[in-house]
Amino acid sequence: MTPPRLVRTGVLAAALKVLERDLRLAIRRPGQLLQPLVFFAVVTLLFPLGYTPELDKLRAIAPGVLWVGALLASMLALESLFREDAADGSLEQFLICGQPLVGLVAAKTLAHWLLTGLPLTLMAPLLGIALGVPVGAMPGILSSLALGSVTLSLIGAVGAGLTLGVRRGGVLLSLLTLPLAVPVLIFGARATELAIAGESLTGPLYLLASLGVLGATLAPLAAAAAVRIGLE
Amino acid sequence: MLDLSVKNLHVFRGERHLFRGLAFAVPAQRCLQVTGANGAGKTTLLRVLAGLLEPESLELRWRDRELSPRDAEYHGELSYLGHDAALKADLTGIENIRFSVGLRRALEPEALRVAIARVAAQKFADRLVRTLSAGQRRRIALASLLLSDTRLWLLDEPSTNLDTAGQALIGELIAAQLARGGTVIAATHQDLGLAAGARIALELGSSA
Repeated sequence: MTPPRLVRTGVLAAALKVLERDLRLAIRRPGQLLQPLVFFAVVTLLFPLGYTPELDKLRAIAPGVLWVGALLASMLALESLFREDAADGSLEQFLICGQPLVGLVAAKTLAHWLLTGLPLTLMAPLLGIALGVPVGAMPGILSSLALGSVTLSLIGAVGAGLTLGVRRGGVLLSLLTLPLAVPVLIFGARATELAIAGESLTGPLYLLASLGVLGATLAPLAAAAAVRIGLE
Repeated sequence: MLDLSVKNLHVFRGERHLFRGLAFAVPAQRCLQVTGANGAGKTTLLRVLAGLLEPESLELRWRDRELSPRDAEYHGELSYLGHDAALKADLTGIENIRFSVGLRRALEPEALRVAIARVAAQKFADRLVRTLSAGQRRRIALASLLLSDTRLWLLDEPSTNLDTAGQALIGELIAAQLARGGTVIAATHQDLGLAAGARIALELGSSA
């Protein structure tokens, strides 16, 4: 008897499977999902307590506070991006399932953004209010953080892949990733600053978007290569 | 016809020259049973063949084609069942099967039902994997293996944690895989109960 002809799964379908699985897993463990969000809220709300309750002064530092908070919070969830899949053998199966690893890694990165970057972005305007940010600046904050957090997830995926073989790679991951995230931080904070001042922020937004496009084209390739090395 | 042949395999693990020019061949519809003392390199051999470990040198032929163990088409035709069953504790058995098989091929509900019955997992397949015993997890992994419908099986200690019935099941599954034209390489010391002509033995560590 000859084996029946297989209906092979395409790359896109396989990537969707990975995305669906990661989202399902995250919903089953809501605690892990909430950690970066609570972290972001706590760090941001420490400033009115620790610096000054005067809204005028807070408004001046709000862009930096929001962006550094979002950056650190998104980093918090990065370590687990590939680590669990590496520990239980799932990543090995990714390598040998006959699908291009790039597609599967990109799907995992997208899941990471949907689970951390997107909620962080949606939360930022609320925290902005505590920092005296005017309501008119909210669309600007939302759009700049949405664009910037995509790039942060992409950069983070490369770092998470590289530190896969390192035990307790959390600190190393931050050291690798934070310098690469500096351009995002600069343009993002600038966009937020302009939004608060009520000026046009198209310039920094375009730059954030171009960083996002650059990241989306290069980072999955680099992350896939890093995962391959990390698993050896 | 030879399904798989390996020549000139050299592997270093740290300072140790583990395989020095290892060579063997597996014809279609045969099971290569790899044995050897702990540390002889059974797992290493399977991982090299699955393309998970880079060897120093290797001439691999798969169905009359010289290729690298990282070839995507070759990967599409092989399944590797290692020590880690690649199961997610927070998904049910069925969800795990759907995912791991779904990465490779479309899965019909009827085939899923048949495979679960084949590995006698009907009673627990819809429970979260974290609530399953090690042997039950193995059975879920075996269902995925069956459904992947691949030609080459690389099995690393497939009967670990399985009860007597489960160990017999491994032998039956391997026999069925050979019968439908497949090839199996299994690292196990267990008697697989295969017909005399179906089994080829390879003992590692004896020549090195």
